[in-house]
Amino acid sequence: MEELHPTQTIDERAPAIQVRDLHKSFGDNEVLTGIDFSVDHGQVVCVVGPSGSGKSTLLRCVNRLEEPTSGQIFVEGIDITDPDTELDKVRSRIGMVFQQFNLFPHMTVLRNLTIAQQRAKKRGKAEAETIARENLDKVGLADKIHAFPAHLSGGQQQRVAIARALSMNPDMMLFDEPTSALDPELVGDVLDVMRALAHDGMTMMVVTHEMGFAREVGDKLVFMDGGVIVEEGDPVQVLNDPQHRRTQSFLSKVL
Amino acid sequence: MTRRARERALTLSLYAVFVVIVVVVALLADWEAITANFFLREGFTGTWRAMILVAAKNTILYTVVAFAGGFVLAMVLVLMKLAPVAPFRWLATGYIELFRGLPAIVVILFMGFGVPIAFGWRPPGGVVGAGLVALMMVAGAYMAETIRAGIEAVPKGQTEAARSLGMNGSWTMASIVMPQALRIVIPPLTNELVILLKDTSLLFVLGMAASQQELTVAARNLMSSGPSAGTATSLVFAALLYLAITLPLTQLVAWMERKQKRSR
Repeated sequence: MEELHPTQTIDERAPAIQVRDLHKSFGDNEVLTGIDFSVDHGQVVCVVGPSGSGKSTLLRCVNRLEEPTSGQIFVEGIDITDPDTELDKVRSRIGMVFQQFNLFPHMTVLRNLTIAQQRAKKRGKAEAETIARENLDKVGLADKIHAFPAHLSGGQQQRVAIARALSMNPDMMLFDEPTSALDPELVGDVLDVMRALAHDGMTMMVVTHEMGFAREVGDKLVFMDGGVIVEEGDPVQVLNDPQHRRTQSFLSKVL
Repeated sequence: MTRRARERALTLSLYAVFVVIVVVVALLADWEAITANFFLREGFTGTWRAMILVAAKNTILYTVVAFAGGFVLAMVLVLMKLAPVAPFRWLATGYIELFRGLPAIVVILFMGFGVPIAFGWRPPGGVVGAGLVALMMVAGAYMAETIRAGIEAVPKGQTEAARSLGMNGSWTMASIVMPQALRIVIPPLTNELVILLKDTSLLFVLGMAASQQELTVAARNLMSSGPSAGTATSLVFAALLYLAITLPLTQLVAWMERKQKRSR
């Protein structure tokens, strides 16, 4: 056996997520221009900003759905930009929830929740199904276990997607505008689930337009614009008394 | 005249023109010649065993064999096109472009006569076996393109969701992308099946034993021998049998496409 690469082991004292001087370009278009930021264990960090500010790209870099152009990203002390990193293993510890839910339409809710447990975590069928039922219970959809995604409302689909991510027992959860594709009356149920998760101590990074959620649940608010972090701090403070002019103008439009 | 009355008059006159055309054609047509050359009774009653139990059965058998082989080949080509190593992709692209660019009959002649003579290859089933390999090779190229289009039609978010759950590339392809892609391409693949069924008639150029004859060869032979010799009755019979198989299939495709559109 070759020696384990030093950055390959989980470091309990390291922040859950640490980003250093991250740059990301799509062709000539530089979307992230030097991001430094971190998420501590058990912290709920909300990232807000106008569309095109790079907030979703930043989130997607954290589990390397987007390849960073330069800079480093550490997840529990493991450098995921290192080509030696076993990406699939790291990813199975990072739950991800998408704006468009992305449930697997050809599978029942139960199968959606068990497939990755069996394929990536090598859990047995019975164990995977027990864990799936627990998580469906948690999001209040135990009765939809044999339904297909197409027969669920958007809000129900998103809660199934959250349960699917939780079934991998992740150490942290990434949310990419989880309520933006939902009808207004369905947003509340999804936010309730996320609020409960936060109260259970889950580490969360949430890209969102829900300022109420950020204010109430968030431990830290990050405001991004033009590919940089303009301002960050305690959500209540940033929302009530934004220091930067760009933050002020954005908040005046959305609040 | 009111507008409604005018519309009624127009509709009625269109019907009248149609009836006149039908009557004129019926009166002018040489029904005796048509019956004697295309619909000779003995041409159906005396040949149906050979036409249905041997020829139509062989046509279906050849179609199924070529389709199954073509499908397996297409899957291999698609996986090659997705390979991380560039030469595999080039090879697959080259193959697909080559065999989509050639007339099927050229490939059939090449495999039926060229290759066996050059390499002393004795294909199973004789020259027909070689012809079937040729049909497989051509069908595989077309089906590969169809399946690749199906894979591209699966939303990118599906792959992202699977990968973000820690599933590796192969599992993502096998349990998430491919099942959805194949569902999308069932209608176009059924169309390929219909085209392949008609293309089995090209095996005609190879010449074959009596027990190996498919519909077109059987019909051609029955034009010069048997109860309807000297007429084209057997061709009409073959045409009707082709349609009896292809029409339900094309209707099935139309139905599946309507259903897919609704469920979207």
